[in-house]
Amino acid sequence: MRAYVLRRLGQGAVLLLVVSVVVFTIIHAAPGGPALLVNPDVDPSMAREMEQLLGLDQPIPVQYARWLGNAVQGNFGRSYQHSLPTLRLLGDRVPNTLLLSGTALGLAVLLAVPLGTLSAVYRYTVVDYAATVAAFCGVSIPVFWLAILLIILFSVTLGWLPSAGMLTVGVPFSWGDLLRHLAMPAVVLATFPLAQLTRYVRASMVEVLAQDYIRTARAKGLPEASLLGRHALRNALIPMVTVLGVLTPRLLGGAVVTETIFAWPGLGRLAVEAAITRDYPVIMGATLLVSAVVIVCNLVTDLLYGVIDPRISLR
Amino acid sequence: MSVPESVVLAAPIGEPAAARGAGYLWRRFRRNRLAVLALGYLVAVHAVAALAPSLPLPAPETMDLLSQFAGPSWEHPLGTDETGRDVLARLAFGARTSLAVGLSAMVMAVAVGTVLGAVSGFYGGPVETLVMRFTDGMLTIPTFFLALLVLAVFGSNIVNVVVVIGLTGWMVVARVVRAEVLRALPQDFVMASRALGVGEARLLVRHLLPQAWPSIIVAATLGVAYAVLTESALSYLGLGVQQPTPTWGNMLTGAQHYVWKSPILAVYPGAAIMGTVLAYNALGDALSDTLDPRHAGS
Repeated sequence: MRAYVLRRLGQGAVLLLVVSVVVFTIIHAAPGGPALLVNPDVDPSMAREMEQLLGLDQPIPVQYARWLGNAVQGNFGRSYQHSLPTLRLLGDRVPNTLLLSGTALGLAVLLAVPLGTLSAVYRYTVVDYAATVAAFCGVSIPVFWLAILLIILFSVTLGWLPSAGMLTVGVPFSWGDLLRHLAMPAVVLATFPLAQLTRYVRASMVEVLAQDYIRTARAKGLPEASLLGRHALRNALIPMVTVLGVLTPRLLGGAVVTETIFAWPGLGRLAVEAAITRDYPVIMGATLLVSAVVIVCNLVTDLLYGVIDPRISLR
Repeated sequence: MSVPESVVLAAPIGEPAAARGAGYLWRRFRRNRLAVLALGYLVAVHAVAALAPSLPLPAPETMDLLSQFAGPSWEHPLGTDETGRDVLARLAFGARTSLAVGLSAMVMAVAVGTVLGAVSGFYGGPVETLVMRFTDGMLTIPTFFLALLVLAVFGSNIVNVVVVIGLTGWMVVARVVRAEVLRALPQDFVMASRALGVGEARLLVRHLLPQAWPSIIVAATLGVAYAVLTESALSYLGLGVQQPTPTWGNMLTGAQHYVWKSPILAVYPGAAIMGTVLAYNALGDALSDTLDPRHAGS
């Protein structure tokens, strides 16, 4: 087991390296640079001076080598936009994104399991059709549109919830304030995973409920609720672990759009702004951070899978 | 890509449904009423998109600052937007752009995915390992962010958008095609073909790949849904198709700013996106059931 984990971590490290090379090449390959974007009419000699200062005039492999050398020591440079050390900038934003994504994922899982189960147990009834249609809509709706609709309803029309930011400016911190700001973004972000997971849980439960051991348990006189909870659910949830693994990168990606609409001060929004303003250090830092998180999540998912299902052995 | 592989992979025991002819397939497809509705809707939307220039609509890019946020009228059946452009016309021409991008990106993703999947499944060995590792790697990277990055860096015109979406959505197709090729390889006809002297390349392209058609079609349909959704998100963020070319996504960017003044402007393009994506998803699901019933959901 330890060998497996070490091997996966090693592969993950290689992958991160490859990703860093690819991203580095992409961002440095294009014309124009941070100086030009701040001021398109910048004096060419000033632009060149800036480039020299930042080391952007050297050949790309040299730049990369320098970046890599610094990176492995934990120095990810300073943001061009914010003049703060990259790691600190990332560190400030990460908890916010974790809060948002975590809440969204939690919501999705907590609602998908009962919904999917109900759908499976009461197959082909109104409940099932309603849930299936809702799930279909959930995976098809554009995240930003749902956000706008909710803003129209809850901010413009009803005035219940704030439409942007994480906390109200100028007001002392309160949990209620945070929750009111968190409500809409979390719901929006949770929609796609919820819909996707519901479909999976339903399909999985349908398959499990057709199994012989369920029939046996029923024949033995086991009450239905107990049957569902103790036998069916446990087996049906195994594939869900894999789905969660696939959904994680998507969740982080979806957070980008959601964070932008709701002006949530998270990693996703930082990354988008960095991409637009060619803030190279932040781009590199953010991409690698997100990739690393996904790699770890995949590893955890696979390990969990091995733990939950005793038939699976990790090679 | 969000296409769940279990929906797409075939497990035919015995004769695949596709072998029994088009009439049979259509009758089976027809049983799914949602899918038939979806198909009808898609035909309508694509027709509007294709015929948009010939329809009696005002030009989508003509601004008229004297009639901003106008309500529905004979001249502007759905009103006007924040710069006085006709909403209905923008929706129709937006359909043109969004669907064109969606379909092209899908074609690209399917092409790349099929080639990679077929090659890795057929040749096996180090080729397979390399391709599969590459695929897994791509699935690990946050592709939406990568797409944003590439578009921010290289500029966001229609071609770039299509390429970027295509190059971030091929992975599921590759996995599916590889699985199909691996499933088809042990069959007797492969051995027979080889014995008859059929070349390896010909065997792959003309005999093995057709086995994968149903799965590829399903993946392609779901791929269009993904592409349209992604294009709209990118355009919404301002990194996709640029104004004044209308696309459903960038119509929403404008609408969002004026959500306090004219919320209805946000409803139309979003509904269009959702309707189309929903229809493609439903179609894909139904095709999956029709062409390969063994793994059908319910």
